[in-house]
Amino acid sequence: MKKLISLLALTLLVLSGLTACTSTPKTIKIGLNLELTGEVSVYGVPEKKAAELAVAEINKAGGIDGKQVELVIYDNAYDTAKAVENSQKLIQEGVVAILGSATSAPTMAIGPVALESEVLTITPSGTNAKVTMNGDVVNPFVFRACFIDPFQGLVLANFASDNLSAKKAVVMGSNSSDYAKDLASIFTTQFTANGGEVLSDVFYYADSDTDFSAQLTSIAALGEFDVLFVADYAARAGLIINQARATAGLETVAIVGPDGFESPDLNDLAGGASNVNNVYFSTHFSTIVDNAKVTSFIAAYTASAGEAPSALSALAYDAMYMLFAAIDAAGTDPVKVRDAMKATTGFEGVTGTISFDALNNPVKSAIVVQLTNGEQTNAVIVNP
Amino acid sequence: MKNLLNKKNLVSLVLLVIIFFVFDYLIKARILTPYYRTVLYWMGIYIILSLGLNIIIGITGQLSLGHAGFMSIGAYSAAVVLASNPTITGLFIGMGVGIVLTMIVSFIVAMPTLRLKGDYLAIATLGVGEIIRIVILNMTITNGASGISNIKMLMSWPLLFGFVVLTIFLTNNFKQSAIGRACIAIKEDEIAAEAMGINTTKYKVMAFMFGAVLASVAGSLFATTYYVVKPETFGVNTSINILIIVVFGGMGSLSGSIISTIFIGFVNMALQPYAEMRLISYALVLIIVMIFRPQGLMGAKEVALNVLPDFKSFFRKKEKSS
Repeated sequence: MKKLISLLALTLLVLSGLTACTSTPKTIKIGLNLELTGEVSVYGVPEKKAAELAVAEINKAGGIDGKQVELVIYDNAYDTAKAVENSQKLIQEGVVAILGSATSAPTMAIGPVALESEVLTITPSGTNAKVTMNGDVVNPFVFRACFIDPFQGLVLANFASDNLSAKKAVVMGSNSSDYAKDLASIFTTQFTANGGEVLSDVFYYADSDTDFSAQLTSIAALGEFDVLFVADYAARAGLIINQARATAGLETVAIVGPDGFESPDLNDLAGGASNVNNVYFSTHFSTIVDNAKVTSFIAAYTASAGEAPSALSALAYDAMYMLFAAIDAAGTDPVKVRDAMKATTGFEGVTGTISFDALNNPVKSAIVVQLTNGEQTNAVIVNP
Repeated sequence: MKNLLNKKNLVSLVLLVIIFFVFDYLIKARILTPYYRTVLYWMGIYIILSLGLNIIIGITGQLSLGHAGFMSIGAYSAAVVLASNPTITGLFIGMGVGIVLTMIVSFIVAMPTLRLKGDYLAIATLGVGEIIRIVILNMTITNGASGISNIKMLMSWPLLFGFVVLTIFLTNNFKQSAIGRACIAIKEDEIAAEAMGINTTKYKVMAFMFGAVLASVAGSLFATTYYVVKPETFGVNTSINILIIVVFGGMGSLSGSIISTIFIGFVNMALQPYAEMRLISYALVLIIVMIFRPQGLMGAKEVALNVLPDFKSFFRKKEKSS
């Protein structure tokens, strides 16, 4: 019993010591609330590395307004309860803004806290449309650096019309996911608005399907067209590519899809790299884009993190620089920083040129990557 | 009635009122910042969870690893009802729906599985927790993998305090009652208990359902505290976390569960800034305590429920020695 009491007393003592120290703010604190452990740490860790790189760079360049930037890093382990606790702790410690979280669910838990405490949070990669919403209205204190899924339909339609000079398209997708349905309808609308023609209705199939020959035969029977838009993830898209290349009339047609195509398994599912020709997909970031900013980011990130940057690290890097710009413009008052963030227009990042729309989603360019023999051979920036 | 108004009960009542108003003041004066308040809510919710599991594991001796599954039923019921009725009434309706659903599910689960013993029961309940999670993952009303967000935050200190005190009251009375005695007998020796005329299946099912309902209530409170519910939150890891708290506090000791929840809450808080190190140090703290206190912090003993006589004897001893 005595042991227990002394143990508890010790804990309390340590804790009071931890909470007692407050210091005058000589640095600008930015909080990271990311998934650094647990099942989705593959998302959080590269974003942390990118944020650290951005902070090291800005501090080397003299900081913001002569003040050094300091990161306060908390791990939420993909746990919504921890995400709430972390953001409250960060706000208590006087951060100017929060970066996080990498995935949608924790970010939706941070959102109400951010709104209540009036400190903005920006998620680099939370793509759920509801992340920046507070019920039916926008949550003014949540931003995101990535485009949301349906937005890709718009970019890909522009890509098909402008870059592939397509006039006729066919759309197919899974009927069991919102991802596919939203993408299919937005692609159709934008492609038609661009003066193209979408032949027939969307060819839907179920998520569990593995044989698409019925749909592909009907598609081939529609006559000649330029683009086949497949709104789905690699698991089905790979099989569709494989079966389309074996269908008379579809052997060489351009196949276009969203970021769900980006998977190491795509080539295997498509029956070998030789089948993956004339295939295009949209993504947030590509290392083969010809852009000076991207090249220097790749070099710096590879040197500091010991690995090549992914879309996640690039988005976090951009989010950090947007925060720096907002703090530079507005000082360290969190509400003013939010206003400056909202007013961001034409921010030049490594993932494109970014402004925010009414729902705090970025209006930005996307990258469309071309696959030739299963390899990424070309990447172009497509504006919305 | 006279029995209720004895000195001991009055003292507990006064203590409760004092605790309530001290924390109420600390929160209103913002001495307890939102962060510490959330930690307090976490502790309260986990006290309810661990007391519920202690009834099943510590008192009745049935190893259950499906506690988080029942928690998710309560959490999703509250979240769904709160979406259309974001008031405290909505929370209570959701909680009620959760309790009814949990009672049905736990009854259906308990009847066959509680005939299993030891490891087999653990595996069966583990499976049940997973089944509940997969069902939630595939239902439309629960919004599948993305979960339900933007749940109205209704958690407050009076609400939490009310439910924690109610849970302590109910579990303590359960333990002291004839049912509780029967459950303890089942834990000690099931065959002997049966020979004494105890309907073991009946009491095991009762204890299991009671613990599950408490988990469901805690789940409802969880949903309204943390804005978001998603299926992964209620996976096997959460069940094991609750199990750790119960084992750590001492199986069969209700006050042990309360103390260990508070202790682990503080440990979590102290280790928060250390991402990867947290996992190691958390495990280390547990291992060290379990080496020195293999029976858990409290063993099967209780404290605080009869705090006054203990203190009296403590002081008397001191007087004698001095």
